[in-house]
Amino acid sequence: MNLFETESSKLVESEEDFVVNIGPQHPSTHGVLHLKIKLEGETVKDVEPHLGYIHRSIEKMSEAGNYRQFSYLTSRMDYLSSHMNNQACAIAVEKAIQVEVPKRAQVIRILMAELTRLASHQLWWGAMGLDIGAVTPFFISFRDRESILEIFEDTCGTRLTMNYNVPGGVMLDLHPNFQKRVRELLPILKKNLKEYDDLLTGNVIFEERTKGVGVISGADALSYGCSGPVARASGVSCDIRKWHPYDGYEEVKFNEIIETAGDCFARYKVRMLEMWESISIVEQLIDNIPEGEFQAKTKNVLKPAKGEWFVRVETARGELGVYLISDGTANPYRVKFRSPNFSNLSALKHMAVGGKIGDLVAIMATLDLVIPDIDR
Amino acid sequence: MSNEELKAFVSKIIPEAVFEEGGQYLNVIVDAVLVRKLLEELRHESTTGFDFLFCLSGVDWKTHFFVVYHLESKHNKHIIVIKAKVNREEPVCPTVSDIWRTAELHEREVFDLFGVKFTDHPDLRRLFLDDTWGFPLRKDYVDDTTIVSL
Repeated sequence: MNLFETESSKLVESEEDFVVNIGPQHPSTHGVLHLKIKLEGETVKDVEPHLGYIHRSIEKMSEAGNYRQFSYLTSRMDYLSSHMNNQACAIAVEKAIQVEVPKRAQVIRILMAELTRLASHQLWWGAMGLDIGAVTPFFISFRDRESILEIFEDTCGTRLTMNYNVPGGVMLDLHPNFQKRVRELLPILKKNLKEYDDLLTGNVIFEERTKGVGVISGADALSYGCSGPVARASGVSCDIRKWHPYDGYEEVKFNEIIETAGDCFARYKVRMLEMWESISIVEQLIDNIPEGEFQAKTKNVLKPAKGEWFVRVETARGELGVYLISDGTANPYRVKFRSPNFSNLSALKHMAVGGKIGDLVAIMATLDLVIPDIDR
Repeated sequence: MSNEELKAFVSKIIPEAVFEEGGQYLNVIVDAVLVRKLLEELRHESTTGFDFLFCLSGVDWKTHFFVVYHLESKHNKHIIVIKAKVNREEPVCPTVSDIWRTAELHEREVFDLFGVKFTDHPDLRRLFLDDTWGFPLRKDYVDDTTIVSL
């Protein structure tokens, strides 16, 4: 079969159906997602996602690597929450080899995770504006995101695929300037977050485009396996940081943001308010980083006993699950990643059918899909 | 419900179910032929009420496959793991995509990578790969291009 030939599709039933392809190269899909859309006039009748354009079989490659190596691949899944992906893998291996993580490493992990969440939501906010038709937010959000990425670069050496969490703690100690730079950054971010609200939130056109669009009820969101801001906007409490705390999240004070409308605007609001919560978590911890080791001592070659572990972590897009099975050798027997975007995507059809094709773009923007995380 | 109560509930529906304990969650191993009946009960009975299928994965154990369902109840706050034992020669498993809608894509993924056929699935096609590929996550899969060597 020719690689470029599209696979058989169930979509076209008669010749009268008008089918439009969005993607795989299209600005509003933020990556190589291919949607086949059946239209009647401007109304969406059916949506069918075609996946696999960036499938790298990370689960198969994980079986070839050892217990330290496979987490590096996960930075390439949801590259905007690479830190949380690494964290999930590190926790899974720590559970398997039964290692206590030092307190200092836990606090550093939370700080990095919340900064990643901020950077990710900022990028989403800019891209969301762009999708809806406002160009300015994109530049503003990239300006702010840049300042967070520079802080990552100081400590981790990289800006996007951090690979900073390793089994037992974090790879390196914090850069001496880390606390100072974060303290300087927080007031600026707070000021800018208000600017975000001024630009988009109250805008009449923006509200018209998002309010009442792409509604999904709480029960449906659960059935479709939605998690993260998408499910919380429908009134489902699903924040893993609250439900199954990890790495010391139980000692941090923050609110789980829940909206009930279930439309695009509710999803927008959840993410906007989550940024404030992330800032508050960073504020609580930045002056209270405990002294001590940043990495627990582990053996060179990790060989967990036979068994299986499931670790759930809240990334910027929802719940990431790592299902790790060990057969007692130095390589994982099976690694399954339950990626948040994969499940969130399945709700797309439910949200989009019956609406206009322009609304589909707004829905895609608020689902905040990262395609490499869907294909893996 | 505690794990003991869940065990009693499961054994009432499927007396031959095997339990694995000592792990993180309560694991139940049942034959694929019986799994749908159990999952339906677990979803619809109000005392169990597992409304969130947070992971559906396939595992190849060389003699058989497991289709693993990770279930959580948001209301009753308990978690259970159901493992459906699937014959390797004739890999067939009933679909649960009408019980949890998220299973539709997840089952397509398991079909794509393991070759497990889900009966009554509304749209069972390859998800990531095209029809000429084998099933890469099977342990006996031979990679022609040897990009991945195990």
